[in-house]
Amino acid sequence: MRDAFVRALTELAAEDPSVMLVNGDLGFGVLTDFIGRFPDNYVNAGVAEQNMTAVACGMALAGARTYTYSIGNFPTLRCLEQLRNDVCYHNADVTVVAVGAGFSYGQLGMSHFATEDLAILRALPGMTVVAPSDPWQAYALTRQLHARGGPAYLRIDKSSAGLPEAMVELGRARQVRDGEDAVIFATGGILGEALAAAGRLAEEGRSIRVIDIHTIKPLDTRAVIAAARACRRVVTVEEHSILGGLGGAIAEVCLEAGVPIDAFRRIGLDDRHPSIVGDQAFLRRHHGIDATAIADVLRAMLERP
Amino acid sequence: MSAPDSTEALALALRRHAVRMCGRGGSSHVGSCLSIADIVATLYGEVLRVDPGDPGWPERDRFILSKGHAGACIYAALAERGFFPVDHLERHYRNGSNLSGHVSHKGVPGVEFSTGSLGHGLGVGAGMAMQLRRSGGDQRVFVLMSDGECDEGSNWEAILFAGHQRLANLCAIVDNNKLQSLGPVSETIALEPFANKWRMFGWAVHRIDGHDHGALRSAFVALSAERPTCIIADTVKGKGVSFMEDQVLWHYRSPQGEEFAAAMRELGVAAETVDA
Repeated sequence: MRDAFVRALTELAAEDPSVMLVNGDLGFGVLTDFIGRFPDNYVNAGVAEQNMTAVACGMALAGARTYTYSIGNFPTLRCLEQLRNDVCYHNADVTVVAVGAGFSYGQLGMSHFATEDLAILRALPGMTVVAPSDPWQAYALTRQLHARGGPAYLRIDKSSAGLPEAMVELGRARQVRDGEDAVIFATGGILGEALAAAGRLAEEGRSIRVIDIHTIKPLDTRAVIAAARACRRVVTVEEHSILGGLGGAIAEVCLEAGVPIDAFRRIGLDDRHPSIVGDQAFLRRHHGIDATAIADVLRAMLERP
Repeated sequence: MSAPDSTEALALALRRHAVRMCGRGGSSHVGSCLSIADIVATLYGEVLRVDPGDPGWPERDRFILSKGHAGACIYAALAERGFFPVDHLERHYRNGSNLSGHVSHKGVPGVEFSTGSLGHGLGVGAGMAMQLRRSGGDQRVFVLMSDGECDEGSNWEAILFAGHQRLANLCAIVDNNKLQSLGPVSETIALEPFANKWRMFGWAVHRIDGHDHGALRSAFVALSAERPTCIIADTVKGKGVSFMEDQVLWHYRSPQGEEFAAAMRELGVAAETVDA
């Protein structure tokens, strides 16, 4: 997914000389081609994310179309106030690119778990929040974000849902599996776990709708409401805290729209710091957010009258 | 009222506005406004290439007030330069106003960048300088900071970055009034040897009297062509109103009643009250 973003950005730089990549000293090997081809569209701001974000903002206000790039929480939480006061308040054309969604860097420990970013970033006024589920989506949505302009946040996952390339439109939810007994809204690569769970339930005679929320903000409220209304049982899945992220956003929309819902469950991380490490699949299992856990939640939900 | 015809006259006008705005609005930070009045008057009176009729003119120099709490002084300078009517300054700090206590650009022609949280202006200024240089322009970027603000680590990230990138079109001015929120800078987090710190980070440094218009003028025409320039402007917080000078109290206190009248008298305005 990261390479797909870099490919899109490389194309954009060829098309639009105002593209500027402001790097936080990360991406060894990944950015080599971009830097070689577009040295004038690149600056390494060093290990200094507050300044990286401020510089990107200043460049944007002077006419550049800037991308900050780093890992996990560094380009988001570390410099949150620069995003809020500088980028968002000035509506600066800055796209924040964070590699390492959720447990992508699961072995590296707590510092590298990006598990509150969706909640925090979506609270910033004017910030578009995008979490692609597949590399082809990261590519397409990078281009669409560029066409739209910042402020934006692009959350790059190591895992992928594994779906074939299709149409994706920024701000429009994608139904990736039809069903009527329940609906799962998922975001990012963990969409693959949701699909696997829906597949298992299908073998048990249940039909589960699955919707890919690649754009958390602005949320496709019409699609969310329609699916929740049709299925009445709603599950949200995210590799993120259950507080304030996708689950929170879906709950807000459904409740305020008065959608009659029989059951609602957020699947995500509990409100505590995980300290166990492992790969992304292991940590999903460990935290009860993998396909098996999702299927269990669905079964329990469907067994209730 | 005609526009001031010298930077000294503009500075006096800014001081009067600052006392009025902070007194009538009931706001803090009059001491900070008085501290920077001569720097701001020199910039807006002589140095900055800006067009009040076209605030977004692409060829303009950029000015960022990083110590956003002294925003009243910038609003006053913009009004005096004709970016908006001087009587709009009466809205400062009022319900429903755009003229917030900390400088904000929304709905205020001429404000380049909004601040209020310290340690934001220099990095943004560095980004502007970099992009303007990249675009082949000769615009300059001026960032006015406070000395206490240099506690913020983000500034030192920006100082490192601008030095490394040799951003010669960037000028930082430090309002070095030696007082910060709760007391002397030297007793809080000492900055000295301050000029050497900047030099070691790759900047050209001038250290001058920040109330001497001749010295300010000379420093602004002697910006380095090879590296960013820092002007450490030694100032007195509250300068121009004797009982406010060098007093931490006037970081916070709003001039009311007899204090207001006395301050205005010292600034050459007889018999003006805070209610007038």
